[in-house]
Amino acid sequence: MLKMLAARFVRLIATLLAVSFLTFFLVNTLPGDPINALIPPDAQQDREFVEQLREEYGLNDPFIVRYGSWLGDAINGDLGRSVITDQLVTDEIKHRIPVTAELAVVSIGIALLLAIPLGVTAGYRQGSRVDQSISAMAQFLLSIPSFIVGLILIYFLSIRLRWLPATGWTRLTESVTGNIKSVIMPAISLALTEIAVYTRIVRSDMINTLKETYVLSAKSKGLKDRFILFRHALRPSSLTLTTIVGLNIAGLIGGTVVIEQLFALPGLGKRLLDAIFQRDFIMVQGVTVFMACVYVVINTLVDIFYMIIDPRIRRKS
Amino acid sequence: MKLFRRRFSFWAVFKSMSLVTKMCFSWLFVLALAAIFADLIPGLDDPNYQAWLFDTTGKELRNDTPSWNHLLGTDVNGRDILARLIYGARVSLAVVASGVSCGVIFGGLFGSFVGYVRGKREAAVMAAIDVVLAFPGLVLLLTIITFVGSRDLKVLCIIIGVLSIPVYTRVARANALTISRREFVAAAEALGTRQRTILVKEIVPNVLPTVLAYALVAAAVLVALEGALAFLGLSVESPAPSWGNMINLARADLRVTIWPAVWPSLALVFTVFSLNNVGDFIRQRAQKRAAAI
Repeated sequence: MLKMLAARFVRLIATLLAVSFLTFFLVNTLPGDPINALIPPDAQQDREFVEQLREEYGLNDPFIVRYGSWLGDAINGDLGRSVITDQLVTDEIKHRIPVTAELAVVSIGIALLLAIPLGVTAGYRQGSRVDQSISAMAQFLLSIPSFIVGLILIYFLSIRLRWLPATGWTRLTESVTGNIKSVIMPAISLALTEIAVYTRIVRSDMINTLKETYVLSAKSKGLKDRFILFRHALRPSSLTLTTIVGLNIAGLIGGTVVIEQLFALPGLGKRLLDAIFQRDFIMVQGVTVFMACVYVVINTLVDIFYMIIDPRIRRKS
Repeated sequence: MKLFRRRFSFWAVFKSMSLVTKMCFSWLFVLALAAIFADLIPGLDDPNYQAWLFDTTGKELRNDTPSWNHLLGTDVNGRDILARLIYGARVSLAVVASGVSCGVIFGGLFGSFVGYVRGKREAAVMAAIDVVLAFPGLVLLLTIITFVGSRDLKVLCIIIGVLSIPVYTRVARANALTISRREFVAAAEALGTRQRTILVKEIVPNVLPTVLAYALVAAAVLVALEGALAFLGLSVESPAPSWGNMINLARADLRVTIWPAVWPSLALVFTVFSLNNVGDFIRQRAQKRAAAI
């Protein structure tokens, strides 16, 4: 067990290094001098000035040296300063992450809350009308991009009914109801696709688990169906669900970029986009690395959780 | 292994589809035709998308409701929405074509190769793929597009094509792993067939159907991804139409009219749904076929 954990940890470090290298490589070697983004076009003709700036940002050092010094700083929690606003990248991340994290957690919560009962019902009544309509609904939900859901919600709830603000964000510390009002539409927009994915997973899991002998023995004991479904049959599904939720974080991070832009939320995704439009290469580099690392770490945690929980994997070592 | 190869009959396959799948397939077919032959449709070749069918005067009618002259109405700049939808389909089609062909050809071959030969080469390729897939797809795409700087459709297609390879490689490898354990591969090896011949004659043909079935589902993801990218204003540059940037443009006028946003949204949702639906159908067929060999 400990050996497996150690191996997993080594792999985590290797992946993180590789991810940071790839980001740095992309940002620093793709065509287009990053300096050109900083200064107006006529100043770009001034070779001396450009050279001076390149020296200042260390762009003249060999690639590997630059990567080394950047990585060293990054490990010490310094991702550099924005070339546009001069803010520390890490400060920006710290400031913005609560919004994105809340959005992600609430949407996963909504998705699970709806998907588990739907999936269990569909799996329990496999082949019935109920199952068919739930499965059809899942396939349909899977096909609606989140920003279209967002637009529909904005149109009906903000423009027509005027119930909720179309854009903007109220922090939880400022006002609880205001916070709920600003998180609800973006979270639902993100949740719909996830509902579809989770419902399908729970359904197919449930169909398999209900064939197991321990379900039969529970039935023969005269336990109620509902009790068997949610207490016995759902348990193994919780493992698959954890994995899928972990894997889905990638899609969710991409989704928050789009949804934060649509709802003008001051989250990390919005910051990344702003940096992209301003060609703020240090900010883009920092936020991208951070997002990728979060994804990698979450998936490692899911793997470890899986090892600890599932006796079949635990026993192997 | 061509013991019982049947003639492929398109009509037999089409007839075996459910009604919904038939509709989805027809939609994709019509869409592809419209996108390819858009220039040949009379009145549609107007560069400003203002003239359409009978009204070729090109007068500006902003956010006009559907009429005989503009079947789906006009957008905020007075451009015909149907014409823009059809030209926008080109962007989706180009992105899908490039993603799928790069993925199937390079990813399929890579995956088949490493899945068959195993060993160090497999470990190295898979490690590299794991790193690329460690990035949230949209974030990686955004970063690359920013630093490439060009938003030309060709450049976009190249980027999406290259980024498609890792996922296909993973799918192809997983299949090649199981197929290389099958008895017909062992038989070929026992006969002393060269590795390359086994790869070309036994592994690749058997990996291909699964990869192709996966391709349609991946195509659905690509269409949605391009939609999101265009919605963020990072796909083809306006005034060139793409469904995503049409939605983004219409978003500002949502208080005035919703129709300019509704049509491209419907086109996007129908297309993604159709690709998913037809993809599911083909996957089920591929599974039946795999069970038969």
